[in-house]
Amino acid sequence: MKLYLKIWRQKDASSPGKIVDYTLDGVEGDMSFLEMLDILNEELVSKGEEPVEFDHDCREGICGTCSLQINGEPHGPDRLVTTCQLHMRKFKDGDTIVIEPFRAKAFPVIKDLIVDRSAFDRIQQAGGYISVNTSGNTIDANTIPINKHDADEAMDAATCIGCGACVAACKNASAMLFTSAKVSQFALLPQGRIEATERVQNMVRQMDLEGFGNCTNTGACEVECPKGISLTNIARMNREYLSAISKG
Amino acid sequence: MSLIKSSLARKYVMALSGLFLVLFLILHVTINLASVFSPDFFNEASHFMGYNPLIQFLMQPILIIGVVVHFIMGFVLEIQNKKARDISYVKYKGSANAPWVSRNMIYSGLVILAFLALHFYDFWVHEMAYKYVEANPEDPTRYYHETVEKFAPFWRTVLYVVSFVLLSLHLWHGFASSFQSMGVNNKYTPGFKKFAKIFAVVVPLAFAFIAIYHHLNPITL
Repeated sequence: MKLYLKIWRQKDASSPGKIVDYTLDGVEGDMSFLEMLDILNEELVSKGEEPVEFDHDCREGICGTCSLQINGEPHGPDRLVTTCQLHMRKFKDGDTIVIEPFRAKAFPVIKDLIVDRSAFDRIQQAGGYISVNTSGNTIDANTIPINKHDADEAMDAATCIGCGACVAACKNASAMLFTSAKVSQFALLPQGRIEATERVQNMVRQMDLEGFGNCTNTGACEVECPKGISLTNIARMNREYLSAISKG
Repeated sequence: MSLIKSSLARKYVMALSGLFLVLFLILHVTINLASVFSPDFFNEASHFMGYNPLIQFLMQPILIIGVVVHFIMGFVLEIQNKKARDISYVKYKGSANAPWVSRNMIYSGLVILAFLALHFYDFWVHEMAYKYVEANPEDPTRYYHETVEKFAPFWRTVLYVVSFVLLSLHLWHGFASSFQSMGVNNKYTPGFKKFAKIFAVVVPLAFAFIAIYHHLNPITL
């Protein structure tokens, strides 16, 4: 199929960017979206032009490295998939595809379609862990009984790959789905309860410091999340935070 | 104030003030419906609301504070949220993942705010002038006539009805959303969301019915 691509090109973080038009022929439905960009880049390199920079790593939908706002949606029009798992069969011959970086003040563009998502790392570092002495005294996790429901919900929250689609989709560029998933995966387990009060406050404080927007419960994040992280996690974080600040 | 610096605390403030205003709407629509079905009861209830010191000097200021807090916080959130995405998307398909009402609460809210200015002028300013400026004596029978006369002009009835449509859209998202903000999302949530949507239609519809009814049934002396 033949596609008309409109791609955000930006030399570096401090340069202004713009949309550049490309026409790409010979795209097949079985290609992934990133493979389609690989073909474009091969053409650009062969012509002596600068290839389009984009983030990718595992290409198996599990690492959270790939991003891209495709035709106005993070990870494109398909549901529960990352960009690397989006296939070109979702598009048809003659389509125009607008490809942009994830947009948020807290996700500054580094180059072309690559954004700096280290704000997520800093939120995680602010409390997304449990303090366990691992110097030879590790205790098997299964020695503490955990009911199946809680274990399942914690696991569901832990499937968040931190790709940033929630922020990209949200009209407010809010990071509450990500932060709440990380709060929840610990809040639901007895090992995580010990530091729960400080954790939620520290992670929310860091989230606010990074400049993400406020949550207005539109639910866009849940719809666009490639891992199906539920809004119930945001409600849980709201409860956890309310409980934490009421304790002082 | 440090509490308001937190994005979650701002959610709580927005949700609690919104829920308080929902409670007020229930009271308001109940009394107003009486103006259609029982003018005597409407007069009694209005007189009670207008002269009971607890209502006048405690509940009324709390209500005004609730309204002011809700809309100031709405503006604060909107400004912050706009700042959080300093460069806009060339193409943003908001309709793909969120309903229009949830993405445009600021606009339905602004229309409601403009309506409140008119509503305050129509009833509250008039009431304050009647009681405190002109210092008229108590008249427990005047409210029904005053209300019906207000809806005689076509333009006012239309403005009220249009505002009620926007109120419906605002409640459609806001009512259930306030529970999510307060951390309530459980097995009852899907059922409650349905109830909230019925509420969002029925209450503004009742207000619109009252306005249209009085417009079509003027008092002939």
